[in-house]
Amino acid sequence: MTEVIETGANNGAASPAEAATLAEICAVACARAWEGDGEILASPITLIPSIAARLARATTDPDLLLSDGEASLAGGVWAVGDDPPEIEGWLPYRAVFDVCWAGKRHVMMGPVQLDRFGNANISAIGDFDRPERALLGMRGAPGNTVNHPTSYWVRKHRPRVFVDKVDVVCGIGYDRAAAAGPTAQEFLDLRRVVSDLAVLDFGGPDGAMRLVSTHPGVTVDEVVEATGFELAMADEVVTTPLPTAEELRLIREVIDPKGLREREVKPR
Amino acid sequence: MADKLMIEADVVSRLSSGMTIGIGGWGSRRKPMSLVRALLRSDVTDLTVVSYGGPDIGLLLAAGKISHLVYGFVSLDSIPLEPHFRAARERGGVRFTEYDEGMLQWGLRAAANRLPFLPIRAGLASDVLRSNPDLRTVRSPYGEEELLAMPALRLDAALVHMNRADAAGNAQYLGIDPYFDDLFCQAADRAYVSAERIVPTGELLAGGPPQSLLIQRWHTHGVVHAPNGAHFTSCEPDYGRDEPFQREYAEAAANPQAWEAFVSRYLSSDEKQYQETVGATA
Repeated sequence: MTEVIETGANNGAASPAEAATLAEICAVACARAWEGDGEILASPITLIPSIAARLARATTDPDLLLSDGEASLAGGVWAVGDDPPEIEGWLPYRAVFDVCWAGKRHVMMGPVQLDRFGNANISAIGDFDRPERALLGMRGAPGNTVNHPTSYWVRKHRPRVFVDKVDVVCGIGYDRAAAAGPTAQEFLDLRRVVSDLAVLDFGGPDGAMRLVSTHPGVTVDEVVEATGFELAMADEVVTTPLPTAEELRLIREVIDPKGLREREVKPR
Repeated sequence: MADKLMIEADVVSRLSSGMTIGIGGWGSRRKPMSLVRALLRSDVTDLTVVSYGGPDIGLLLAAGKISHLVYGFVSLDSIPLEPHFRAARERGGVRFTEYDEGMLQWGLRAAANRLPFLPIRAGLASDVLRSNPDLRTVRSPYGEEELLAMPALRLDAALVHMNRADAAGNAQYLGIDPYFDDLFCQAADRAYVSAERIVPTGELLAGGPPQSLLIQRWHTHGVVHAPNGAHFTSCEPDYGRDEPFQREYAEAAANPQAWEAFVSRYLSSDEKQYQETVGATA
């Protein structure tokens, strides 16, 4: 049984009977990261961003390109775990680098650590040369961030993730890019961070992370407390928009009919 | 055309300690595992290995064969973190050069094209530069850009696994992704290709169109017939990844005693014995 958050009257879109779960609110918040991106490759890493990218294509951003998770570009909107209805292109790893370096891509990655200026770590906890905990490695994070828009999804918003300084800079942030010079800054575009508590961006001073909205029932203080550095604040911190009835239908009936999202994001 | 057919042991006899070896495939996909297993049985050690790593890297690390690893990641795909890699990173004693995935491609491309380096944006401002202090940036002679100069990753030898090959070393992939196997071969002084099936040259196109003939005989110095040679990694469409076996591998790797038993059961004899044992458990 899934705990639900009553949406109540919500932009008049969802009926009063509708109730969105936290996972669904997060998926919609992630989907909005790609809003207005046009004909570029949306590259979601892990489940919630994958649901979100398909939701974005089904609603606000029909021109987005999506991978089938293997080496094809897929058409249509399909359920996570299933095969897509149609293939529209070939996307082996070598072609992913081409899309990336051309800047025609917006990735949403899941960092193990993320700091105030958007530096992200997926390589190692502790010193790189002698890590307390080895992680995946740099993967494509340096190349992604320096070449095209990047957003982040954080399953559990806590000080261990939102750290003052990351142990290893894989995805680059605004302070490190500024120190490296204009070529590193040229295409750096950190768009949005979605966590299980809030939506944030990098609109603070010098590209510092900024609280934009809190999810229903979450206070600003809770987000501040779960963040290991000083958060900038939007002029008006609002409540994260709730899913519309159509978005809920797409998530529940089309994109994630098995409800995998509820195992990924649990209400606090 | 020269007949380059040989067996795994012949390939390994052409390798020596201290060499730089590139291994094709990607993560736990189409890895030349029978060649890796032959390497495990040899005295060759102190290797620098360049790879988009999977269990090939895990096995070689566990056997103490690698003194320097050059990689973008090491993963089993369905199991995100390679357990032997993780242990080796945390234990130390091996030099780890971790690059962005694209940097690795660019270093191989530079080597393949006999260039000392290629400029790239990937890596700028990241800790790739901090943990590899030998890396340099280069100023564009045509503009203001200051780019990373990715050094050529020249290889003494490359090991790759393909679906089909002829005796001359033309080789074909029939899955959806070529990965970077052609680039590994071209970046190497000598490239060794294992394949699921060896076919007469005239039959290569029965398997797929000309553009599936990824590796050309001028790349190749040895061809090995290795049915099920990528096991337990995937070799689509001939077979998928052996997930139960990979789980067994990963679980064993997490525990020294279990690992000893795994090695004794699967890796203490030759390739024929390995294939019989995994066939018996499939």
